Amino acid sequence: MVLLVTFFGMAVQAQDKEVKKSKNATYEVAVNGNCDMCKKRIEKAAFSVKGVKSAEWSADHQDLHLILDENKCSVDDVCKAVAKAGHDTEKVKATEEDYNKLHTCCMYERL
Amino acid sequence: MRYILFFMIMIGAYTAQAQDKLSGKVLDENKQPLPGASVYWLNTTIGASSQTDGTFELPYEPDYKKLVISFIGYTTDTIAVDSPKFITHSLKLSGGDKLDNVVIDKTRRSLKRSNAEAANVVNMGSAELLKAACCNIAESFETNPSIDVNFSDALTGNRQIKMLGLTSPYLLISEENIPSVRGASQAYGLSFIPGTWVESIQITKGAGPVINGYESISGQINYELLKPATDIPFFLNAYGSQGGRFELNTHFNKKVSDRWSTSLFVHGNTRVSKNDMNDDGFLDNPLAKQINVMNRWQYNNPETGWVSFINLRYMRDEKQTGEIDFDPDTDKFTTNHWGSEINTDKLDVSTKLGYVFPDMPYQSIGLQTAFNWHNQDSYFGFNQYDIDQKSFYSNLIFSSIISNTLNKFSTGLNFTYDNYGEFVNTIDYSRIDNSVGAFFEYTYDNTRNFSLVAGGRVDAHNRLGVFLTPRMHLKYNPWEKATVRASFGRGKRAANIFAENQALFGSSRVMSILNSGGKIYGLDPEIAWNYGASFVQGFSLFNRNAEFVLDFYRTDFQNQAVVDLFASPQQVLFYNLDGKSYANSLQVELNYEITRHFNVRTAYKYYDIKTDYLSGTEDKPLQAKHRFFANLAYETHIGEGGKQWKFDFTYNWMGKQRLPYTGSNPAEYQMGDYSPSFSLMNAQVTRTFSSVFEVYVGGENIGNYRQNKAIIGADDPFGQYFDTSIVYAPVFGQMYYAGLRFKIK
Repeated sequence: MVLLVTFFGMAVQAQDKEVKKSKNATYEVAVNGNCDMCKKRIEKAAFSVKGVKSAEWSADHQDLHLILDENKCSVDDVCKAVAKAGHDTEKVKATEEDYNKLHTCCMYERL
Repeated sequence: MRYILFFMIMIGAYTAQAQDKLSGKVLDENKQPLPGASVYWLNTTIGASSQTDGTFELPYEPDYKKLVISFIGYTTDTIAVDSPKFITHSLKLSGGDKLDNVVIDKTRRSLKRSNAEAANVVNMGSAELLKAACCNIAESFETNPSIDVNFSDALTGNRQIKMLGLTSPYLLISEENIPSVRGASQAYGLSFIPGTWVESIQITKGAGPVINGYESISGQINYELLKPATDIPFFLNAYGSQGGRFELNTHFNKKVSDRWSTSLFVHGNTRVSKNDMNDDGFLDNPLAKQINVMNRWQYNNPETGWVSFINLRYMRDEKQTGEIDFDPDTDKFTTNHWGSEINTDKLDVSTKLGYVFPDMPYQSIGLQTAFNWHNQDSYFGFNQYDIDQKSFYSNLIFSSIISNTLNKFSTGLNFTYDNYGEFVNTIDYSRIDNSVGAFFEYTYDNTRNFSLVAGGRVDAHNRLGVFLTPRMHLKYNPWEKATVRASFGRGKRAANIFAENQALFGSSRVMSILNSGGKIYGLDPEIAWNYGASFVQGFSLFNRNAEFVLDFYRTDFQNQAVVDLFASPQQVLFYNLDGKSYANSLQVELNYEITRHFNVRTAYKYYDIKTDYLSGTEDKPLQAKHRFFANLAYETHIGEGGKQWKFDFTYNWMGKQRLPYTGSNPAEYQMGDYSPSFSLMNAQVTRTFSSVFEVYVGGENIGNYRQNKAIIGADDPFGQYFDTSIVYAPVFGQMYYAGLRFKIK
């Protein structure tokens, strides 16, 4: 119960930050992929967006941990860049064409 | 608002309660656990990965009907689930020959070469350290091909380590990144660190990072001690060997609070019996006593980002060696019998304070401080050598990023102070050294195939002057499983000629320093450049992992404090290098996993180390040009309750070694120009009875190779030909040992 309260408390704080345009905003975005090659591709795509300070993708959790400067970019920008590289994100899906460009071992199951 | 929040919490709590869990286990065709398999509900994003034992757990709801289990190289299965019962499922290998290359049951290796780091770093984990059960870290490199363990003298049996053909003074040895074995402790320092305290060792070949100082020339050895926050509550290790050597290690650990943990390490060792296997009237190993106590504190606060370590340590070590009949009470400083005593006290206090910015995990600031006191009182026959060193070291490091984590940097300031009280017989060589320095190190990583570390530092030292230390490492992955590395760097240091060459006190040699203009014993600082390149290629052979490694390093001395043993067997000369001095080293390594849990490592090493002495260019003495190394390690499957057997065998072949000049001595006191070549074999068997108890037995030098004439002039130790420093092989023959380890988890 206490945990839940703190969890919600944090979510509220995070929302406040969004309004203020934090220089170090933290996000977790669901991104689909398979392997280490995917990890490199996803992170490379995320870093290609100016303002992204840290990007770490976890194969186990299928999510991308981001720290970015909201004055320079938004999560949507990152999602677009990652989708362009062929990986579905929770906000933007990759086009069939971009998906098909992936290496065979990276062809994650599209849900 | 408050009501809405309350309502949400209620819903959250409700759903949390309502959620059932589905758990199960993923196996391969042979019913072995399959870790890392992905398990998820069809048409949802709810999933999990199987753990090392193959088990998984994920939320269950009656709406979920179909579970998808997949793993690379296996056929993906979709199974129907109608209730949250425990599921055991075996995956089948999918067809097609491309799968022959997929290694599915790879076991983690104990000796790991990093593929990601720019520097050539090999990490020795705890499993590797256990392969050589005894006893201190000087002895733990036996199974590692990059480090050569030599026997420095016939008196103390002390082992000296070498990397790239250069002895330990040219390596930076650090404890959790604080320089530890330096100055007065150069000769015996590694034997003052009990092996069981060590969690892992990182060996960096070539120029080290600039963060830890300017002294390293051929590489860095960093050891991490056990961390109080993750250590087990109690550990006991007892060891006994032929020749009357006993060791006892006990560790106690306690979590004081959520944030504070503490460990107490108590180590004692002793050698009680007198051994003289070669009948020269001298002890083969010193009689010894050591007590070594450390108390560590660790503070972790993940919420605020503060981390701290505090270490307190005291050690006393006593050694007595020389003639068997030597009795210090009656024979010290007499010609009755030749003998030697070396007594060392050491006190260390070190602290670390680190802060990680909570919203910026890539940004941190850290402060390391260390105070060390090292006091050695010793005599070798009539030679008296006393050294007392009080040191203070501090390093402030700030790490952050430039625009993103692909571009990282570390910068900071450090300060060192060394107060040496040093007496060689009656001559006072006491001195104070201090330095302040600033460093900056930039790391670039493109996350795919290229990384670079470029660093530089400026130091102002009262004896070395003001100087720059540039260092650089590059890493590139040209194709799959291949890594190319290159590095270069400069190192500069003040050679503590007496402390580093203590073995020479055990002889009738007269020590002379030929230069007088320099600031360190009349000598100039040592300066060297190190260049290196390495290539690693992983491949598979008969469906098993193999690795090929090729390393080449060159160290070029601009100046060196030359230790000349070629002028005369009655002298040792120290002087500034006039001409060339270099060390080339080539290492070819082939490692292969023969079957599951059965690994072989082989290495061939070639060293070309030459120095221009006054008498001409010579190979470095007591260094084999050619060496061959092989290690075989086999483990059985971990059985019920942790039962396991482990076998380990190491073979070393050493080619002939150049010996110091003895040609002008009478024939019976000569050694010849080269030593013979010889091989050494070590083996160890460990039986683990359960996860808390194991015993081991082993043998060193099983082939019983001995250097029979280890001491020149043993019949006349006060005569002019006496020399105990020319040791190229073990003096003590075969040696067997046994021990046990007991843990409370």
